[in-house]
Amino acid sequence: MSASKMEAARRLAREQRDCGALLGLVPYAAYIGLRIDLADPAAPVLRLPYKPSLIGNTALPALHGGVVASFMESAALMHLLLMLDEQRVPKSIDFSIDYLRSAHAEDSYAACAVERLGRRVAQVQIRCWQSDPARPVALARAHFLLGSL
Amino acid sequence: MSTEQFYNALRRGFAGSVPHVKELGIELSHADARSAEGRLPYRPEFLGDAEHQLIHTGVVTTLIDSVCGVALIAHIGQPTRIATLDLRVDYLRPSRPGKDLVCRAECYRLTDQIAFLRASVWQDRADEPVATSLAAFMRTGKPGDPAQKSGLR
Repeated sequence: MSASKMEAARRLAREQRDCGALLGLVPYAAYIGLRIDLADPAAPVLRLPYKPSLIGNTALPALHGGVVASFMESAALMHLLLMLDEQRVPKSIDFSIDYLRSAHAEDSYAACAVERLGRRVAQVQIRCWQSDPARPVALARAHFLLGSL
Repeated sequence: MSTEQFYNALRRGFAGSVPHVKELGIELSHADARSAEGRLPYRPEFLGDAEHQLIHTGVVTTLIDSVCGVALIAHIGQPTRIATLDLRVDYLRPSRPGKDLVCRAECYRLTDQIAFLRASVWQDRADEPVATSLAAFMRTGKPGDPAQKSGLR
């Protein structure tokens, strides 16, 4: 069932810009509230709408660092599901994040670039920003294992 | 406040003072000068691959960041403003649904401004970690502030 279900979800996203079924394959991404903007189908923008439960520091206030990281990991995963023709959700091998400034209590955005695509491993760069795209709040990179069944 | 009182306050206040920690349900099971340990009970929303029933690695990363933060404050031994500079996680094996995730973190080098931490996450056995991690934190209070001086022991 899996391949056809993923194919159907991907087709719905690519042809109708409806990412609901694709997000259904990754429950945690839906749980934190991740959204996908496919205005430019070749360059998806992932959005994390602000909600109070994402706060890590109430004094600043700032989003939890783990939220920023897991949003960026999820963004990379959704980017791969959209851009490649994988038959299952890729497995994370490793993830590394640099925090450049604190993330405010507002919507966050992420864009990804697959810098190396092999038969078995993809290397993805992820950039996260808030109100000003020129001032990223964090940069990250990740390796994913592809094609495993 | 004595150091012991501080650890007790840290353990009690952890979930209450950090909204996202409360949202996920991370419980602080241990904190002292040497290390901190947190436990995250499983929830179906944590799945990253519904078909193959694997926990999302982002949940593991959030647990690590949270427990590293507590481990650092406990190591310093007094309330301190800190910020994560960077974090690297290796996902050694998949995390299975229905089981808690446990994270132990320790600060292995502390300077006036920077702290280096390592962490490990497991489900069944501590010697079969699902993830290991290294992180650098910054102490964001003013440098030279006496309260910022090393709590290294």
